[in-house]
Amino acid sequence: MSKNNTSGPPGKRLEDETEMEKILSKKTGEIIPLLGNEAIVRGALEAGVQFVSTYPGTPASEIGNIFYKISKKAGAYFEYSVNEKVAMEAGIGASFSGLKTMVAMKHFGLNVCAEALLPFVYTGSKGPFVLFVADDPGCWSSAQSEQNSRAYSYLAHIPTLEPSDPQECKDFIKKAFEISEKFKIPVMVRTTTRVSHQRMPVKLGKFGTIKALSGKFVKDRSRFVTLPPRVMEMKEELLEKEKKIKEFAEKGQNPNVKGFKKGIIASGISYLYVLESLKELGTSLPVLKLDFFYPFCEEKVKKFISSLKEVLVAEELEPFLEKEVQRTAKEANCKLKIQGKNLLPETGELKPEDVTAAVAKLLNKKYSFNKGPEIPSPKRFPQLCPGCPYWLVFGGVKKAVDEKKVIFGGDIGCYMLGGMPPHNLQDFLSCMGSSIGITHGIKKSNLKNPQKTISFIGDSTFFHSGIPALINAVFNKSNPLIIIMDNSTTAMTGHQPNPAAPTTGQGIKIYDMVRACGVKNVKIADPANQKEFIETIRNFINKKEVSVIISKHPCKFAGKK
Amino acid sequence: MKKDKKQFNAVIVGTGGQGLITMLQIISRAAMIKGLEVKTSELHGLSQRGGSVEVHARIGREIYSPLVAAGKADLILSLEQQESLNAAVFAGPETFFLINRFISPIPFQPPVSEKEIERLLRGKTKKISFVSASEICKKELGTPVTSGIFLLALASLKKILPIDFESFSRAVSEAIPKKYLELNLKTLSLAEKHASNQKKD
Repeated sequence: MSKNNTSGPPGKRLEDETEMEKILSKKTGEIIPLLGNEAIVRGALEAGVQFVSTYPGTPASEIGNIFYKISKKAGAYFEYSVNEKVAMEAGIGASFSGLKTMVAMKHFGLNVCAEALLPFVYTGSKGPFVLFVADDPGCWSSAQSEQNSRAYSYLAHIPTLEPSDPQECKDFIKKAFEISEKFKIPVMVRTTTRVSHQRMPVKLGKFGTIKALSGKFVKDRSRFVTLPPRVMEMKEELLEKEKKIKEFAEKGQNPNVKGFKKGIIASGISYLYVLESLKELGTSLPVLKLDFFYPFCEEKVKKFISSLKEVLVAEELEPFLEKEVQRTAKEANCKLKIQGKNLLPETGELKPEDVTAAVAKLLNKKYSFNKGPEIPSPKRFPQLCPGCPYWLVFGGVKKAVDEKKVIFGGDIGCYMLGGMPPHNLQDFLSCMGSSIGITHGIKKSNLKNPQKTISFIGDSTFFHSGIPALINAVFNKSNPLIIIMDNSTTAMTGHQPNPAAPTTGQGIKIYDMVRACGVKNVKIADPANQKEFIETIRNFINKKEVSVIISKHPCKFAGKK
Repeated sequence: MKKDKKQFNAVIVGTGGQGLITMLQIISRAAMIKGLEVKTSELHGLSQRGGSVEVHARIGREIYSPLVAAGKADLILSLEQQESLNAAVFAGPETFFLINRFISPIPFQPPVSEKEIERLLRGKTKKISFVSASEICKKELGTPVTSGIFLLALASLKKILPIDFESFSRAVSEAIPKKYLELNLKTLSLAEKHASNQKKD
């Protein structure tokens, strides 16, 4: 099933052939309404992307959905990889072979692929390489944390651009490819939900020349092998590169601050809210927009703040820019008053009115509106679709065991809804694959007073990161009962193929894999046959070794896309 | 859109599968036809599993934010009546509520009646209109699926939306895939008929 996120059943967006044709338009200068993520795809096509890999995850899912449909027509290679690390590695291989490459994922995917990303920034790219990452402030489609992926820019030393709207999404992807080509380094483009799912008319550029898969790996061990002591030299080279990129990033006009005592620094979606606020308050202030999050444009900021008395740093989530501005001000203008997270929330996405209130504070203006009476809002929770096989799985589990005496491990996919009424079968939920890994830890901890457990995991999530956890449970001898819910698709993110899917995947047999991992108690059971399903649960939950039920029943949307 | 006002802010709410994103695409097209700037914001999330959906559209001049600020909506279009309450945060005294007289039950909760919804929303604005869009569409077209388009067309005909009906119709023709176009054009005629009947009353 898949990453917590969801594009849901396919909408009419690019489902429709005519809509798809628009993305492939050869009419330079044409203006068409595009979603941020559609603009990302268009930008990559204009840059001439040759190789694209991804693992689906909202708010980045549309990137894969679109490439899945158009890549052949565009002449580019596309794959749904099994997880983000593998997607990244495939992309690295393509870049090492000289291809123009883009790898796309949601923020949590960056955690999965971080191990591959860090050394790649050391070796550098050969074919230009862009990493696209979409964050989800406010956790609209994300169930594990409110991750601010900009922290990875520091960790990996990866140059990072932050577009504000779909036009910039398209333009920045092209710019990112240019930077990558010029400095031989992977470049990250980071958006948030409100950028990726923002739609506006976008002016198209020239469609790129996409050369077929013409890559060639040319041996160069000093470049591609990160063994010490060479790796230490590589880091030195990276830091040198970074200096040059910084000089490049510092170019461009600064806003005129003459006659102003106050100013605002912003990036990404916050920049749009700042412009809206100034209009709303009927005033003008110099605004420094930072296209580069990393490297930080110290000189630009110095120039901007040197004659100001007060500055507001408007940014979403953690105050990374604000800290940089504080550091820079120590040298450039130590008396500068810096406002930011004292006026803006650090949790949740920014709302336009939050920024207006902060800008009003900066200007010592009164800003309030009559909120009117509090109106109770009816909470409507999402539900499993009618006809979803998981109704049968959860229903069967409830009949098979005493819910109070069993610990239920949740995982990432549609079946997260098992944590909501009427099911209420989820005692912990963390990250992809963790239902197995965490349950193993629980099992090993309670050996003196054994507790019964059931871990739920979907087919795509099992392939993504459940397999090592399963092997670990066998290797280290615990006895969780794992229900792998094979519905033949990656449903939650919009029904992308997965390796086990019979028509869209390769039909890899989960049963054979589980057996090969050393699991002795394994059975395929269709939850529609409740009697057999319930009996199997009752039988397996008392086993002394790992046991796996493969609950096989297709999602009603499987294979229909 | 009043002459002194540069922007028109709309919030559309409903439940998954009611075609809200299609409505945004039509609004975007229509704005482009009128030579106006446009930004929309949509959420592709759990909503599609039957949860609440909320999308925004802003058209006019100097449009930066894709989101409507609290209290700043000109139009709140609610495709399910209880959902109008979830959008109340965007309402101010000038906001027009156009509400589909249609209930999609919320599990484990008693439905909120039209009367109660009207009472609650009246604390915000006096401009509240309930229309049996789903019922009308179902009766006349055999399916309620285009009730959102019906309401949007009404908003255009009643000049709540700053887009004339001709431009609106053109936008529908451009934004809707061919196989659904006929149904949508029929919906437009139905809205026209409904609006002129209302005038006669």
